[in-house]
Amino acid sequence: MTDTKSQILGFVRDRYPQAEITESQDIFALGFVNSLFAMELVMFVEKTFGVTIPNEELRIDNFRTANSMSELVSRLLAEPAVA
Amino acid sequence: MTVTGVAPPAAAPPVPAAVTARVTDRRSARAFVDTHVAPYADAYDRAGRVPEELLRRVAEAGLWAPFLPPEAGGAGMDWVTLGEVHEEVGRGCSSLRSLLTVHTMAAWTVQRWGSPEQRERWAPAFAAGERLGAFCLSEPGAGSDTSGITTTAAESGGGWVLNGVKKWTTGGQRADVFLVFARTAASIGAFLVPRDTPGVQVRPIDDMLGTRASMLAEISFTDVVLDRDALLGPSGFTAGMVLTGTLDLGRYSVAAGSVGIVQACLEASAAYAASREVGGTPLAKLPLIQAKLSDMVTDARAARLLLAEAGRLKDAGEASTIMATWVAKYFASTAAARHASEAVQIHGANGCSTDYPVARYYRDAKVMEIIEGSNEIQRMTIAGQADRERTG
Repeated sequence: MTDTKSQILGFVRDRYPQAEITESQDIFALGFVNSLFAMELVMFVEKTFGVTIPNEELRIDNFRTANSMSELVSRLLAEPAVA
Repeated sequence: MTVTGVAPPAAAPPVPAAVTARVTDRRSARAFVDTHVAPYADAYDRAGRVPEELLRRVAEAGLWAPFLPPEAGGAGMDWVTLGEVHEEVGRGCSSLRSLLTVHTMAAWTVQRWGSPEQRERWAPAFAAGERLGAFCLSEPGAGSDTSGITTTAAESGGGWVLNGVKKWTTGGQRADVFLVFARTAASIGAFLVPRDTPGVQVRPIDDMLGTRASMLAEISFTDVVLDRDALLGPSGFTAGMVLTGTLDLGRYSVAAGSVGIVQACLEASAAYAASREVGGTPLAKLPLIQAKLSDMVTDARAARLLLAEAGRLKDAGEASTIMATWVAKYFASTAAARHASEAVQIHGANGCSTDYPVARYYRDAKVMEIIEGSNEIQRMTIAGQADRERTG
């Protein structure tokens, strides 16, 4: 598992210690996500990995799993920053 | 835009003196408030509005949106300092602080979620106070229960058509642009609606219990046609984040204002207790009065620390700032209501009169327990955090 994925999983598990979540599990399907947690998740990803998530990337499919969030981070880190 | 039912103010509020220095920190904010705001706040309260001259003084002091980056016309002020500044304004006048709060919410939303074109259009005007923003979420049938809003934004002809009624809009009588939350086909979206858009109607709401000079209004939107770029931020599942983030800043500012109310209660009560005598003894020497004052001191410090922690987490970009802000707002607003009541008690009949400011603090403090999420909603959210973080 990559460091990015483990950090994302660590954040989710920290918020929901009683849940068992894998890198490919859909956290939306598990019923974890509300607007508060979504905001926290976006802030965590931006802060931890030093990226700014543009509006067009704030799609549900990018946040379903640790895998998809990790891919989003990799994609953003590979792209030049847009103001 | 149409304005209906405008009632004449009780009296023209006094005009504050010219501004000589910009506000950059707590010290300069306190000086600004002591010179331009606090001496007139009771008059604003009675008049039911703050004068245009004060709004210009706020602009001259750089107070409207100092957190915006310099390239947008702001000062890049950090959130800890902004909290201190809003506390000082709240110490002097909760109505003015309320206007700052909703303007902050609109300006931040544009900066955080707006496209480069939207930021270029609105942010400099917000920073300079040339355009004042207001926040439109509550409706006649939905307050803290945001899921109950019925205002709709329907896609039409490449743009949007807005229909609905918003109520209790702080600054609505005066704002130039409304940040309106409405239902779309996908979720809830945030729309910037200039006041002069056809179909926008403003009805002033006067004679509220507290923050009486904050120029509340009911805003009706009837077949309001908006361009495509009126929508701020993402659509779809993350649209709720725009509202979450906007309300988070609103709570932060209200928490700061509540700390200011506690501090104002403390200062007024300590001064009164030192000068007022009972049977030849100053109130300040009586143990029951000392108990009230000591609790004000303690809670002012505790609330200030909770606010500072929420601000520090915002500055660090930490996700935990959202819950920290809930906790700060809950603690500070309940402390404000409790100590404003005690401040009136210390003042006795004088506290129930217009001769002292504590009656205004008492009325304003009650409002803090209701706005930006009632205290009941806050406690449910904070308890929800405890439940989800349980390990057993």
